[in-house]
Amino acid sequence: MITLTWVYWLLGAYFAAIAWRGWRDTGNPRRHTTALFWALLALLLFAAERMPPRGVGAIVVVLALLAGFGCLRMGRYDESSASEKRDEARRLGNRLFGPAVLIPAVTLALAVKLFGFSLSEVGIGDLRLLDSRQTTVIALAIACVVALVAACRLTRQTPWSAVEQSRRLVDAIGWAALLPLLLATLGSVFEAGGVGQSVAGVVRAVIPVDNAFVVVVAYAVGMAVFTIIMGNAFAAFPVMTAGIALPLLVQVHGADPASLAAIGMLSGYCGTLMTPMAANFNLVPAALLELKDPYAVIRAQWATGAVLLLCNVVLMYFIVFR
Amino acid sequence: MNYWPLLGVGAVVLGFVLRLNPALVVVISAFVTGFAARMSPLEVLDVIGEAFTEKRYLLVFLLTLPVIGLLERHGLKEHAQAWVTRLRGATMGRLLIAYLAMRQLAAALGLTGLGGHPQTVRPLLAPMAEGAAEAAAEQQGTTLDDDQRQRIRAMAAGTDNVGLFFGEDIFIAFGAVLLMQGFYAEHGLDLEPLQIALWGLPTAVCAFAIHAARVLRFERRLARGLASKPSR
Repeated sequence: MITLTWVYWLLGAYFAAIAWRGWRDTGNPRRHTTALFWALLALLLFAAERMPPRGVGAIVVVLALLAGFGCLRMGRYDESSASEKRDEARRLGNRLFGPAVLIPAVTLALAVKLFGFSLSEVGIGDLRLLDSRQTTVIALAIACVVALVAACRLTRQTPWSAVEQSRRLVDAIGWAALLPLLLATLGSVFEAGGVGQSVAGVVRAVIPVDNAFVVVVAYAVGMAVFTIIMGNAFAAFPVMTAGIALPLLVQVHGADPASLAAIGMLSGYCGTLMTPMAANFNLVPAALLELKDPYAVIRAQWATGAVLLLCNVVLMYFIVFR
Repeated sequence: MNYWPLLGVGAVVLGFVLRLNPALVVVISAFVTGFAARMSPLEVLDVIGEAFTEKRYLLVFLLTLPVIGLLERHGLKEHAQAWVTRLRGATMGRLLIAYLAMRQLAAALGLTGLGGHPQTVRPLLAPMAEGAAEAAAEQQGTTLDDDQRQRIRAMAAGTDNVGLFFGEDIFIAFGAVLLMQGFYAEHGLDLEPLQIALWGLPTAVCAFAIHAARVLRFERRLARGLASKPSR
C-alpha cells in the first residue's frame, strides 16, 4: 500500500537534492542559508513525526527567520538559450503540453470515485493500492512521478536534470512555497488560542446571525475586505473561516463546508483585484507597462472583482444550502 | 467572551500592512495569539510543531516543479507564446477574451507559469491589443491618444490577473485548495481536495462571463470615443 509516508520521503529526497545543488551554486550570494532552508525542510519531511513537537516548532521558527531576513536568494542556473528554446518549441509543439496535462489527469484517474469504484481501492484483500487517508495527495504525488517519466522521455533528459531545472523555479518561489503551510499552522494556533470564538463573538454582536443570508454576505464580503487590507487571500482565510464560516454557517446553519470554502477563498480573490497591497499583480505590471498611473491596472479590473463578489454571494447562498 | 485572542488577528493585519515578510508575520502572530491565550512560548512551539507535522502534505504541490522545469527548458513557454501570437489579426476585444480563456484553462491545469506580466503581457499581449485597437482606429480615420493606449495596456494586465486567479483555484495541487483542506482537517472535517476544487468552477465561469462582457464594453466605448474625435 502506498502511504503518505512514502510521499514525504520522496518530497524529502527532492528537497535534499535541491539543498545539495543549492549549496554548490556559487552564483547565489546566500547559497549556504538558501541550502540550509531546504535541508531543514527535508529533515522535517523525513523525521518530523519522530521528533518532539517543540523541536519541530523551533525549526519552523528558524525557517521563518531565514525567510524573513532575506536569506533565500536566486543563484545561477543552466538554462538553454532563447533560440534553442524556440527550436525545441517548434520541434515538440503541442506534445509539450502532454506531460503537464498528465498531472491533473492521473490524479483524477486515481482519486475520483466513479459509480462507487475507485482505482485507489484496487488491491488484494485488505491491502489497497493507495492509503484511504489523503488519497488525493498520494495520487498527486504518483501523477507527478508519471508525468516526470513522460517529460523525460519526451525531452530525452534524465530525472536528475529535471530536478536541476526545477531549482530555478523553486528558488524563484522561495519562502512563498512555505506560506500555505505556515498559514495552516497559524490556523491551528488560532484554534488553540480561541481566536475563532472571539471573531464569532464580534460578528454576533454586529449582525443578526439567525439570518443565514446575512452571514453569507458577512463571510464573502469579509474575505474580500480582509484581503484588500492584507493583500493576501490566504492570510484572510483562516481568520474569516474560523470566525464566521465554521461556527456560524457550518455549525449553526448547516452549510456544506467544501463549497463554502472554495467560494469563500474566491471572494477573497475578488479583493485581490482591488488592492494595491497585492503589489506583484497590481502595481508591478503598471510599472512594467510604463503606465503613468500606478493604479491603472486596479482601475481596469476592480469592477470585475466587484461584480464577481456579488455573484459569489448569490452562488454561495444557493450552493452551500442546496 | 474573551476578546484578547483578537490581538493575534491584529498582528497579522498589522504585519501585512507594514509589508513585513509574511512568513515572519505568521510566526509573530502565532506567539502573540499564544500569549493572549496565556500559553507559554514552549506550548506555542508545541502547537506549531504538531500542526506543521500534521500538514506537511501542503508541500506536495512542489513535486510538480521538476516536470514544469524540464518542459520550460524545452520551450513550453515559447510554445504558449506562439499560441498567443496566432491570435494576431483579431480585434482587441476578441484577442483579450481568447487570452482570458486560455489563461484560465492553463491555470486550471496547473500551468500557472504560462502567461504572466513579464513573460507574456508586456512583450506580447499588451502590444498586440494596442496594435489591434490602433488598426480599428485607423479604419475610422483617427488615431489612439496616449490616455487610450494606457487604458488598453492596463486592461491587458487586468485580463491576465482575472484569468490566473479564477483558473488556478480549480487545480487540486494549488496551495489554496490544500490550505482549505488542511484547515478543515484541523477542525475535524475530512474533505477531499477534489470536492473543494470543483466548487471553484461556478465562480470561474462567472468570472469569465463578467470580464469578457467588460472587455467588450470597453472596446465599444473606445470606438465611441474615437468616433466623437475630430478625424485628421
